[in-house]
Amino acid sequence: MSSAFEKSWTGYLRADGRKGIRNLVLVIYTVECAQHVAHAIARDEENVQVIGFPGCYDNQYAIRLVMALARHPNVGAVLSVGLGCEYVQPARIAEVVRASGRPAEGFFIQELGGTRAAIAHGKEIVRRLGAEIDATVPRVPMGFADLTIGCECGGSDGTSGLAGNPTVGRFYDKLVDRGGRAIFEEIVEMIGLRDVLSTRAADATTRADVEAAYDKAEAYCRAVRQFSVSPGNFAGGLTTIEEKSMGAFAKSGSRPIQGVIKVGQAPAHAGLWLMDSVPDPHFMSFGYTNPNDTEGIMDLASGGSQIVLFVTGRGSVIGSPIAPLVKITGNSHTFAHMQEDMDFDAGRVLSGEMSLDAAAESLADLVFRVAAGAPSKPEALGHHEYFVMYKYQDPPRRACRL
Amino acid sequence: MQAFRIHADDNVATLLGDVVPGPVQIGGEGDLHSIAVLEEIQLGHKVALQDIAAGTPIRKFGTTIGEATRAIRAGEWVHLHNCKSRYDARSETLDLHSGATTDMSYE
Repeated sequence: MSSAFEKSWTGYLRADGRKGIRNLVLVIYTVECAQHVAHAIARDEENVQVIGFPGCYDNQYAIRLVMALARHPNVGAVLSVGLGCEYVQPARIAEVVRASGRPAEGFFIQELGGTRAAIAHGKEIVRRLGAEIDATVPRVPMGFADLTIGCECGGSDGTSGLAGNPTVGRFYDKLVDRGGRAIFEEIVEMIGLRDVLSTRAADATTRADVEAAYDKAEAYCRAVRQFSVSPGNFAGGLTTIEEKSMGAFAKSGSRPIQGVIKVGQAPAHAGLWLMDSVPDPHFMSFGYTNPNDTEGIMDLASGGSQIVLFVTGRGSVIGSPIAPLVKITGNSHTFAHMQEDMDFDAGRVLSGEMSLDAAAESLADLVFRVAAGAPSKPEALGHHEYFVMYKYQDPPRRACRL
Repeated sequence: MQAFRIHADDNVATLLGDVVPGPVQIGGEGDLHSIAVLEEIQLGHKVALQDIAAGTPIRKFGTTIGEATRAIRAGEWVHLHNCKSRYDARSETLDLHSGATTDMSYE
């Protein structure tokens, strides 16, 4: 029997050489005041998604995040919608996106005379952009070596570290062995694992980067007195952040960590990469590091992940606007109880129904189907939650692809 | 198999289903194949595989995941009432069953 990892499908080629599994028009609003208009533009339109900036002020971290998403492999075109007073400029977003080889436009609502006029104008633009990319973006063969996959976990329980995350870990090993890129993050869920993390680094430079990222995350959690563990985790049998961390870390598999990337930065080459999303020292001290699951999914998408895997034990009902979210649970009760939201039952590993290798193969087949165009469960339900956080991070040191 | 011991050095095993007091089969690593469970324990939660003295490490995945806050008998449920984090200071303020924090004012 041939491996699911050998499968190929048709994708969308971008000017930078990366390949997408969707051909989306992305509407980006530049301040919360434009949020209603942006969503009204996208409503009932096919292949149009929305993200936006909550604040009026510009924040370099948030701009880096959004600009990485605006030039994501799954995005074919961008419309940026502003109110007219804010710092972040729709015209500059459109200009940078056009330079990446994608059609892009932007406008201010104030200049169009208000809500209805702006919605009508925006709808005309997204339909035109959609038709343009549908007609012009080259279709190319695509396989697992062309994929970057992110993985986040949320609503973990005692099964997550036994089945859900280990299944992704085995999938990651096989993906990386075939030339794909795998990103994991949530260093705040690796508390107590400094030595384990360090030994996984591919070289001395990466080892120093991994240790520095770990030390920053641990110090940050202690300082804000908040660790990334929640009542649902405790109720699901996880007693401490250390226990949750060991389970969460299992999603990284066993291959060496090639490097530490920051939010908005894509892996430079094939292999497993650790994403650091914890704020760097700054006088504004931007609060909690990773306040919710959606924030982490956005980070992973900003690294170029065409699909993000989401491992849960307790259950979850979120999606993702740019990179389809695929939901995996290691808890077969949760799979049965929340079947309309769950894509994959890794609890079959615990019941002895399948081996970890078989589960990884089966997951690869699901990833193949979603990559080939089948909607994941959250996509089919219309979930496309997003969250653009304002933080401070030093600009990435390593050369990145974006 | 009703409980799983991940590493031979672990002094707890994870329940693969809800259990009631009585013998429970253990799979995974190590030589212990059965434990007399002393109380009801739910799926995903942990059972002590040996007597654990107060102040000693709770071990799972072959690593320390916390510290016993009182003496724990073999077969007991290991959770927030008898195990605390070595990092998270709020870990000792949590409601045993819901996991909700009790140190935040809602007034």
